[in-house]
Amino acid sequence: MIAYVLRRLLTGVVLAVLVTFITFLLLSPSFDSVVQNRLGQIANPDAAAALKADLGLDRPLLVQYLDWLGGVFRGDFGTSYFTSQQVDVAVVDRLAVTLSLVLVSLFLSAVISIVLGVVAAYRGGVIDRIAQSVSLAGHLIPSLLVAIVFVYLFAVKLQWLPATGYTPLSEDPLGWLKSITIPVIALTIGGAANLMAQVRGAMIDELNKDYVRTLRTRGISTRSIVLKHVLRNAAGPALTVLSLEFLTMLGGALIIENVFALPGFGAYAFAASLQADIPVIMGITAFAVMLVVVVNLITDLINGWLNPKARVL
Amino acid sequence: MTELEVVDAEVASKDEKTPRVGRRSPWRRMLRDPQAVITGAVILAFVVLGLLADVIPSHGPNEASLQAFNADVGTEGYPLGADASGRDILSRLLHSINTSMISGVIGAGVALVIGVTFGLIGGYLGPRVRGTTEWIFALVQTFPGLLLLIVLTPITKGDYRATMLIFGVLLAPGIYRIVRNQVLGVKNELYVDAARVSGLTNRRIMSRHILLSVRGPVIIAAAFMFGTAIALQSGLAFLGVGSSGVPSFGAMISEGFTNLYSEPTQFLWPSLALGILTASLVLLGNAMRDAFQGARPKAAKITAPKLAGEAAAATSATAAEAEATSLLVVEDLAIAYPTPSGELRTVVDGVSLRLNAGETLGVVGESGSGKTQTAFAVLGVLPPEAVITRGSIRLDGRELLGLSEAELRPLRGRSIAYVPQEPMSNLNPSFTIGAQLVEGLRSSGSMSKQEARERVLALLGRVGIPDPERTFRSYPHQISGGMAQRVLIAGAVASRPMVLIADEPTTALDVTVQAEILDLLRDLQAELGMAVLLVTHNFGVVADICDRIAVMQKGQVVETGLTTQIFSAPQHAYTRMLLGAILDEETVRTDGPVAAPVPLGTDAR
Amino acid sequence: MTTTAPTAPLLDVKDLRVSFPGRGFRAKPVEVLHGVDLSIAPGEALGVVGESGSGKTTIGRAVLGLVKPSGGSMTFAGRDITAATAKERRALARDIQVVFQDPYTSLNPAMEIGDILSEPLVVQGATPKDARARVRTLLDQVGLPSDAVHRLPREFSGGQRQRVAIARALAPEPKLIVCDEPVSALDLSTQARVLDLFIDIQRRTGVAYMFISHDLAVVRHVSHRVGVLYRGDMVETGPGDKVTSAPDHPYTQKLLLAAPVSDPVAQRQRREERQRRAQEAREQVQPAGVV
Repeated sequence: MIAYVLRRLLTGVVLAVLVTFITFLLLSPSFDSVVQNRLGQIANPDAAAALKADLGLDRPLLVQYLDWLGGVFRGDFGTSYFTSQQVDVAVVDRLAVTLSLVLVSLFLSAVISIVLGVVAAYRGGVIDRIAQSVSLAGHLIPSLLVAIVFVYLFAVKLQWLPATGYTPLSEDPLGWLKSITIPVIALTIGGAANLMAQVRGAMIDELNKDYVRTLRTRGISTRSIVLKHVLRNAAGPALTVLSLEFLTMLGGALIIENVFALPGFGAYAFAASLQADIPVIMGITAFAVMLVVVVNLITDLINGWLNPKARVL
Repeated sequence: MTELEVVDAEVASKDEKTPRVGRRSPWRRMLRDPQAVITGAVILAFVVLGLLADVIPSHGPNEASLQAFNADVGTEGYPLGADASGRDILSRLLHSINTSMISGVIGAGVALVIGVTFGLIGGYLGPRVRGTTEWIFALVQTFPGLLLLIVLTPITKGDYRATMLIFGVLLAPGIYRIVRNQVLGVKNELYVDAARVSGLTNRRIMSRHILLSVRGPVIIAAAFMFGTAIALQSGLAFLGVGSSGVPSFGAMISEGFTNLYSEPTQFLWPSLALGILTASLVLLGNAMRDAFQGARPKAAKITAPKLAGEAAAATSATAAEAEATSLLVVEDLAIAYPTPSGELRTVVDGVSLRLNAGETLGVVGESGSGKTQTAFAVLGVLPPEAVITRGSIRLDGRELLGLSEAELRPLRGRSIAYVPQEPMSNLNPSFTIGAQLVEGLRSSGSMSKQEARERVLALLGRVGIPDPERTFRSYPHQISGGMAQRVLIAGAVASRPMVLIADEPTTALDVTVQAEILDLLRDLQAELGMAVLLVTHNFGVVADICDRIAVMQKGQVVETGLTTQIFSAPQHAYTRMLLGAILDEETVRTDGPVAAPVPLGTDAR
Repeated sequence: MTTTAPTAPLLDVKDLRVSFPGRGFRAKPVEVLHGVDLSIAPGEALGVVGESGSGKTTIGRAVLGLVKPSGGSMTFAGRDITAATAKERRALARDIQVVFQDPYTSLNPAMEIGDILSEPLVVQGATPKDARARVRTLLDQVGLPSDAVHRLPREFSGGQRQRVAIARALAPEPKLIVCDEPVSALDLSTQARVLDLFIDIQRRTGVAYMFISHDLAVVRHVSHRVGVLYRGDMVETGPGDKVTSAPDHPYTQKLLLAAPVSDPVAQRQRREERQRRAQEAREQVQPAGVV
């Protein structure tokens, strides 16, 4: 078990190295714009060359990359070209904001879709129709529009909640909750819509299986059949969708953060890419990939626990 | 030959499981679906408006005019007004349609080309090739998509088309996975083997047989990806990624957003357009899914069968007489299923059966005769769509029809139990054998865990499982089919039921195992004094174990009687036909091989 | 024996071995056929009986080239086909054909019957016009109406689909058809009719069958000779009536006694005979176990 986790993490590291290397190669044509961004459009060529040498951007690509990689393994992600802030510190700061958004939204989506999806699947009727309409509506409207409408309604018109800005959880829990409420709702609607369709579908697939009928004929209660037997088997497929949903939300957070002026990962990445802030971009990529690796690993571990046939030993 | 046709045709029309899908192609079916027609028309209208973007408005999309600054709706030359830079909103809207459409075409197109190509290759060719493609697409999926697109702005030089090209690559794993899964599923279908045996090349098999069957899911996925690409392009433009010279819904929304307080309509137009466009795409995608894959699954309700009309009518006088000796009485039972047109189609039509204490009644019939439906009705576990249109089912004098699921629960397992056909699919794969059996025993609520465990171990030993302790701890996939059937029998007889309903309990098993299972059922019946209702199509099984037989055809019982009587002197023509079709021990092939072939058909080789 | 031609087997399989890769990481391959010998003469029907896991389906798939043998040899009409290349296999499609068990998955649900039947002919070089004419003849041969050409498989019952599958196998006028449980999925009355069709076709065309089934009664009905397969070994081969009615090998005897007869009186005798033998076997084992 521990060996399996270590092996997966190791392949994850290899993957991260590969992804960051490709990103680095893709970024290489924009090295000149770094200099341009620092010195302005009409810089004198000598100063530009000097700055390029200073940043080490004139060395062979592989050397530059290995230099960066070596730093990472020593725990040094470098500093931003523009703010001189340490990249890892800055990224972790921003990640806290984005993860508050994404994790809370993910949790809410999971709860809503499991409750509604399960009840819709085995009860049918009105609840099923409501669940399906909600799911469809969530699919229909882009979360960008939802976010803006909500800002307009709750922050501008009704003034119940702050329209923009972020309060860290450690400073003021209530303020934190208020500051993420609208963004979380905007993210949750899309996520829950997708997930609910999956939970409902997976539950119906399982409910139609033969063993459900056999359990019924043994006098086992509907409650146990649905919540113990069927839900456990339906959880696998739903979990896979949930982990994909994590990725989607990470992307969605990028846009939502922008609408609400939240100092998150996305806004940071956006600013860095506009300036071609190489160390920051590389740091963000490395963290994002590792995040994905860890989420996938957790998904597989839970799936193994749920499904004895796929169990890894 | 004519007689042959009649029999086969009957079988076809009675086939309960396959709904008769029309002959029309999915596209034709879509034309009759209002949702598809309306959303399709909306999207078409968008396309046409986009194509006329240079014709309808009187201004270019980037043509700024100081006089038109924040012009109101309806201003001369600016039907939808103008934005903060004095640009014509209508013109910008129409040009934004083109941007969206091109984004969708590029994004979905690239994803399709890459995903389908590699999906076919990865699915059809050997595991080594698949390993490689799998790895590459896993890598692509690890890229934080949106982040990458933003990060790569310096390379795309702000051209949204280049961005959509990259986005298409990032979307490709989705299509790849669909195609690969479909191909892996289809590849093991016998018709692909048959095509190979027919001498078809790999390429032809892929294009003719495999692509044909993966087409549906791929088209649906592409429709959704088209929408995703449009939403993403808008999102990026909203963030300000990309050239500001390209009119786009996202950019317009962003500008409208900053002006939201003073000029809300500037925000309204692009939001409305984008909302309608993406909503239409999603709804069209859903309509396509319905057309290609049939209606989406209905909720699978867990509930006792619905009754309609005169079900559970008062017991007739003659039946009351029979009641004295019969444990289970089924009287004039009729079961129907709703058809797509709303009418009810009857699959069991007036079935009457009597099962006496301690006897074995065989219900025999071919597929579609309604024998399993009758058994399910007695257990109260018919599919939720089924409707019992009339009749009565009485167990020990108590009417079962009309009881709710909660009222039936105490009877199940204890008064009436069930042994299914397929041993494997009737065990929950995620729980140990022991846990599943213990739960059944304890469902009445009176037994301690330890007591139930000991009873289950004793039962497992009783049904002939060599190592009960080990099987108790095993998961279903760790035991053989024969053992699984013994486990299911143990589960059925655990609470000493009065009536056991066995639905083709040996059909999925090898003959040697079948013989052992029949011996076990016989012994258990004698031991527990159960009445057994055995549903089967196999006359050998009937001859082995049944005291009496009911022969069913097309939802009706055509003949009932003692087993010996029916075998020696069948009364009904259908029974005679069935008995005549049995391949008995005497039918041995006597003619020798014909060595010299007489060519079939037109020409000799 | 002046000429060898009439008695030379059409298909000759010697010491056939097939292994499948084991499940899991670095698992040992599992051998499912441990050296099987069999031969089929032109125009002959060889029945292959066995229970699940006996490897009976694997023999058929090896002959069809759908699995690779790990040892032994297969000779067809004097040619070694053990390691036939993909191209040679395609050429063999003229001579060796197949009818599978499940008529629901062996026909492509998206193709019309006419296309299913004409495709192999067109691939083998027939013109579309000739192919169409031949398809009509084939449908007539298997007792289907000629308007079946433009219909889809789902519009037919199981028995009718199996007739389509038989027509497809007959299309290139093969010398051998591998029939893998071709009637197991069919209803009793349909089963008998389809079996009669098989026999009728063989009498008229002289095609040879390898008839694979778990059911002794089915095999007895169509086979000239029968081989009994048990866990990857051919335990008994011989004339059909002999092997299926009075077998020598204990396993075949067990198989025969386990198959219920459709006659309550005869079945009671058979059951008692089987139970007596099982009891004897237990008594033989037990003393050994005690010692």
